[in-house]
Amino acid sequence: MFKFLDREQTVAKPGYNRWLVPPAALSIHLAIGQVYAFSVFNLPMTKLIGISHAAPDDWKLTTLGWIFSLAIVTLGLSAAFGGKWVEKAGPRKAMLASACCFSGGFLVAALGVKLHSILLVYLGYGVLGGVGLGLGYVSPVKTLITWFPDRPGMATGMAIMGFGGGAMIGSPMSVALMDHYKSATSMGVWESFLAMGLIYFAFMLWGVVTVRVPQAGWVPGGFVPSAKPQKLVTSGQVSADNAIRTRQFYCLWMVLFLNVTAGIGVLGQASAMIQEMFKGRITPAAAAGFVGLLSLFNMGGRFLWSSASDYLGRKLTYSIYFALGAVLYAFTPTTGHLGSVGLFVATYAVIMSMYGGGFATIPAYLRDIFGTAQVSAIHGRLLLAWSAAGVAGPVLVNYIREYQVTHGVAPAQSYSSTMYLMAGLLVLGFLSNHLVTEVEHRFHDLATA
Amino acid sequence: MTQRTKNFSGMILAWLWAGIPLAWGVSQTAFKAKALFR
Repeated sequence: MFKFLDREQTVAKPGYNRWLVPPAALSIHLAIGQVYAFSVFNLPMTKLIGISHAAPDDWKLTTLGWIFSLAIVTLGLSAAFGGKWVEKAGPRKAMLASACCFSGGFLVAALGVKLHSILLVYLGYGVLGGVGLGLGYVSPVKTLITWFPDRPGMATGMAIMGFGGGAMIGSPMSVALMDHYKSATSMGVWESFLAMGLIYFAFMLWGVVTVRVPQAGWVPGGFVPSAKPQKLVTSGQVSADNAIRTRQFYCLWMVLFLNVTAGIGVLGQASAMIQEMFKGRITPAAAAGFVGLLSLFNMGGRFLWSSASDYLGRKLTYSIYFALGAVLYAFTPTTGHLGSVGLFVATYAVIMSMYGGGFATIPAYLRDIFGTAQVSAIHGRLLLAWSAAGVAGPVLVNYIREYQVTHGVAPAQSYSSTMYLMAGLLVLGFLSNHLVTEVEHRFHDLATA
Repeated sequence: MTQRTKNFSGMILAWLWAGIPLAWGVSQTAFKAKALFR
């Protein structure tokens, strides 16, 4: 019965249209991207007992903040440790495992909310859901790269764009569901979790059923692989175990870590920053609109920048992220001094597009450096950089700001040093990217595909 | 039904499956972002 899930069963028949594969990948990434919208549940979850107000036994916001952190850390860990299994099991089995874990996480969390057990919520959404996030994030990467050898950046950019778009679906859907289920005795949270678990499972199942891998040696019609060796595009294959022994892996780890640390750091304070820099001119509603606009640029950047990397080359694309990013981060305080909201918004929007682009271009960069054979597993191991940045970015930004404010710096001014520090991180990223070279032949331990 | 027709109808359905929720989410966000320009 479960033979249907085997890799052999997913091999496409001749004539199969490869454009059917990106929607399968999107159905996974659009679902798991919901994690970025989890914060909409935080406030209602502080009033589960009191309903109209927070009762003494209600959960505190600090307690609830751990749900998201746990999910992101588990994402990194499960992608790192489950990546090799994803390679072996094939995309269909991995996507189904992701759907079961992610949806199961919602169901366990629903039980946790109903029984008012925070441990169950942590284990449900944080751990089980986090495993679903990690497996789901890496599962379609190799499949897309092998279907689109001519445009790997565009193909993976499309899936990872879905992760950015997932929050845009998850946020209004959660609010609508809570509004629907809210009553005099319930905030509607556990009911919404239950509904979302079932909705996401059905949605992800489409990807499970429709995903296909190409036949061995398949190339798209009209595509002739370049006979001339391309700079920084390997013709060899490196295993995941060998990849982590190379200097290039750690350079790329730093590239992802620094790009994400800088991006997460300023993304988290975008709303407060625009309101304090332009006091009296930006209302809280306009600031929320600003955050929404940044999400759109974050998502669009994932697709556009990683598609552009197919033409520019991966190394040059990251050099642009870091060089232009450093200039723009350092320029942001000046836009505040000039009093130009338009310039501030435009600068921030470009920064966010490159933050998203950094996420989306990395799988294609890994494929260029290490080959396609175990690219999902290598990508999974690299994602630990994301987990680390998820902790480092906000901590760094909040700590610097708090230190400055307690030492008498005006709140509006305190952002300047943060932005300069982030620009400094991007300079380090630029250097790390500069150190990325081709992997030595002795690491090519797998047969060429 | 030929393979070509199957491919085409499958592709439309697949893109609608992923595209409709994404378009809805994007429109909701764009609507919120409008507040910035008021």
